[in-house]
Amino acid sequence: MRLFKIRGGVHPDDRKALAAGRPIEDLPLPALLHIPLQQHIGAAAQPVVQRRQQVAKGELLARAQGMISAPIHAPTSGRVVGLGLYPANHPSGLSVRTITLQPDGEDRWHDDIQGVADPFALEPAEVAERVASAGIVGMGGATFPSAVKLNLRNRYQLQTLVINGSECEPYLTCDDRLMREQPDAVLDGVRIMAHALGVARTIFGIEGNKPEALAIMSEAAAAFDGVEVVKLPTRYPMGSEKHLVQTLTGRETPARGLTADIGVVVHNPATAFAVHEALRLGRPLVSRVVTVTGEAIAEPRNLRAPIGTKIEDLVSYCGGFTEEPERLIGGGPMMGQPLRELRVPIMKGSNGVLALTLAETNRRAPSPCIRCASCVDACPCGLMPLDMAAHTRVGDLEGAVERGLMDCIGCGSCAYVCPAHIPLVQYFNHAKGEMAARGRAKQKQAETKRLAEQRSQRLEAQKLAKREAMAKRKREAAAKKQAEAEAATS
Amino acid sequence: MTHTIAASPHAHAPVSVGRTMGLVILALLPATLFGLYQFGWPALFLFLVTLGACLGFEALSLILAGKPVRPSLMDGSALLTAWLLAMTLPPWAPWWIGVVGGLLAVVLGKQLFGGIGQNLFNPAMVARVALLTSFPLEMTRFIQPQPLFSADAPGFLQGLAISFGGQSYDAVTGASILGHVRTELGQGLPLAEVLSQAFDPIDALLGVVPGSLGETSALLLLLGGLFLLYKGVISWQIPAAMLGTIILLATVTSLLGPERYPDALFHVLSGATILCAFFIATDPVTSPVSFSGQLLFGAGVGLLVFAIRTWGGYPEGIGFAILLMNACTPMIDHYLKPRVYGRDRRGKPLEYDDDAEIPAEKAR
Repeated sequence: MRLFKIRGGVHPDDRKALAAGRPIEDLPLPALLHIPLQQHIGAAAQPVVQRRQQVAKGELLARAQGMISAPIHAPTSGRVVGLGLYPANHPSGLSVRTITLQPDGEDRWHDDIQGVADPFALEPAEVAERVASAGIVGMGGATFPSAVKLNLRNRYQLQTLVINGSECEPYLTCDDRLMREQPDAVLDGVRIMAHALGVARTIFGIEGNKPEALAIMSEAAAAFDGVEVVKLPTRYPMGSEKHLVQTLTGRETPARGLTADIGVVVHNPATAFAVHEALRLGRPLVSRVVTVTGEAIAEPRNLRAPIGTKIEDLVSYCGGFTEEPERLIGGGPMMGQPLRELRVPIMKGSNGVLALTLAETNRRAPSPCIRCASCVDACPCGLMPLDMAAHTRVGDLEGAVERGLMDCIGCGSCAYVCPAHIPLVQYFNHAKGEMAARGRAKQKQAETKRLAEQRSQRLEAQKLAKREAMAKRKREAAAKKQAEAEAATS
Repeated sequence: MTHTIAASPHAHAPVSVGRTMGLVILALLPATLFGLYQFGWPALFLFLVTLGACLGFEALSLILAGKPVRPSLMDGSALLTAWLLAMTLPPWAPWWIGVVGGLLAVVLGKQLFGGIGQNLFNPAMVARVALLTSFPLEMTRFIQPQPLFSADAPGFLQGLAISFGGQSYDAVTGASILGHVRTELGQGLPLAEVLSQAFDPIDALLGVVPGSLGETSALLLLLGGLFLLYKGVISWQIPAAMLGTIILLATVTSLLGPERYPDALFHVLSGATILCAFFIATDPVTSPVSFSGQLLFGAGVGLLVFAIRTWGGYPEGIGFAILLMNACTPMIDHYLKPRVYGRDRRGKPLEYDDDAEIPAEKAR
């Protein structure tokens, strides 16, 4: 198949050898699970359980709220011991609403859990419905509710489903292992999603640095028409969905648009696996494969862990730290989030836990920009990061927006290659956050103004009505008087 | 337990400003050593004085500005500026040329603009042009190569006398080839005759000709330039556009007027053409950042170099060409930007004829 070139990109040292050889292992049940209610993009889930309630594995803990949301299920059987605030898997370290579950050790599935014999006999809408109620979200890290994407067929003429097996982030090997160990389940999920989307064509892209996964998936896919496994060039950010689609179809997604605008929907292999489990076995998304790796981890591993497992439990199962890590990261090294502490839980989108040494992060103090244009060459979006950062630094955020701030996907290629070690992504995140805050403030201001105007109109109307009523009464009184006078005189 | 909380990415390519500067200096090393060898002790003294002056002025400026001295001095940028300046000086120029040059380059050219990364003009070229216009005599006295330890070469003490004592050395002066051709052509001699006496392409390629300290060996400079391209320190756009423009213009004019206009080989091998194409025009701070901008910049430098050499008042146009194009860089960067993903050249989101979105009424 012909592939198309994308602009920019970088070739980071992939460091996948640390964990790629380790088969997926089931993590022994931890003593406690901390299950956040916000694990997806959209509204947080609403709890439906009480403290001290006994739940079975897969039982609903919290239901979805609104159009874009996802329900959350019990990762194992046990007792709800807490329903409160717990530190989030987030750089802020702030606490979020979390359900704490004490496993009873039985790991007993709920009785109602039952799959469908033939998912392909279901209506597409029903497949999407089941995916939604299984709480499945994009497991590549974006955590967008998958059912919402499956329902895009209502609004777009879709032709192609693309499976993003690029796993372009260095270090991470969870998708690689899943493709190698569960190719048929992954492929089944892929085909169910293609059925739900109503597309005839599926392209399964895998980066060339995963030859085993490529070979195994190609063999598994050979049995099915319409599923094509494609070797992608190994280049970061190949897994950016808009760039992946461009590589495969030669078409750019219009700015501010979706890949659906050009007839393509992208899903991740781990999501496909979850769809398979949800449809065939009726199991909601309650566990995932996490790559625990980095030079500071004694024995890097790929672990299947229940959602809500503390990072601490994962790290200690991997033999703990060989040295104090310079940085602890949730996700990959290019776009992952730094974490403050080990007691935060993993979530549906947690594909990796990295403990990196100083040598690995290669952190240095930033120095002034020498305009070397490395960032311009590396940017896959055709932006001039140095320019955007310069405008952001002096507080000219509108200038940064004019220069394409909102077209930045935050991939970090620019900062990765910057010889001056300028934290470019930090600048852009700051500017994006500040612009969002300004947008909200503006909206609030407009709303306040609207309400104030309504109020003064209302008051004015009331005043007018009062005056009129008064005038009317006066007129009536006068008329009455006159009538009386007339009656008296006549 | 707390860890560093920093924005992604959490890995970094093995690069730094110091490494970039170091690689450029490494690429300059063969041509520099060759220049020092063939122009002997006075050249070495001038070279060292220029380096010392630039580093000294850099440190002084940083102290006066209240900035930390060590990190800036250690990033290699002042050293590289000094290195490039020294390479463009007549090898036996007196010591104070190096000192004044260092002052002009570092203080006027760089620190007054705000230090590294802030300067509009290439500091080495600011100094070179200011020296050339202020001290035309000292800046145009070139010598025939006198390889170190050869019979006629000045010894250590004599070298000291030339560099620091103002000792004259009339016997061995020779004009640079560009100056020589210009003078002779000015006297109405036919070009073929002038060139046959003065220009040997092989000599010019190797660099065994009169010229500035580090400019003469086109071959060694070219190898250095290719090394930088290989290492990804510079990109090919500026050198290719500049050399391409010079070659094109020289070929066309020499075909039209062979008796007046030297050919492309002469232009490429003489003067500072190769040094400029790979080491000076590619100065990141003062050149455009986009692909198309770099092509335009390179072509502009080539055009100006050719025009100044051919019709201007100076035999060599590199310095002026660079400064003029440096002045255009902000404008080039403003107008020539890469196309943003998902947008057309004017910044509007892309539109396709067969838009996949189903119109609202059909969807219902």
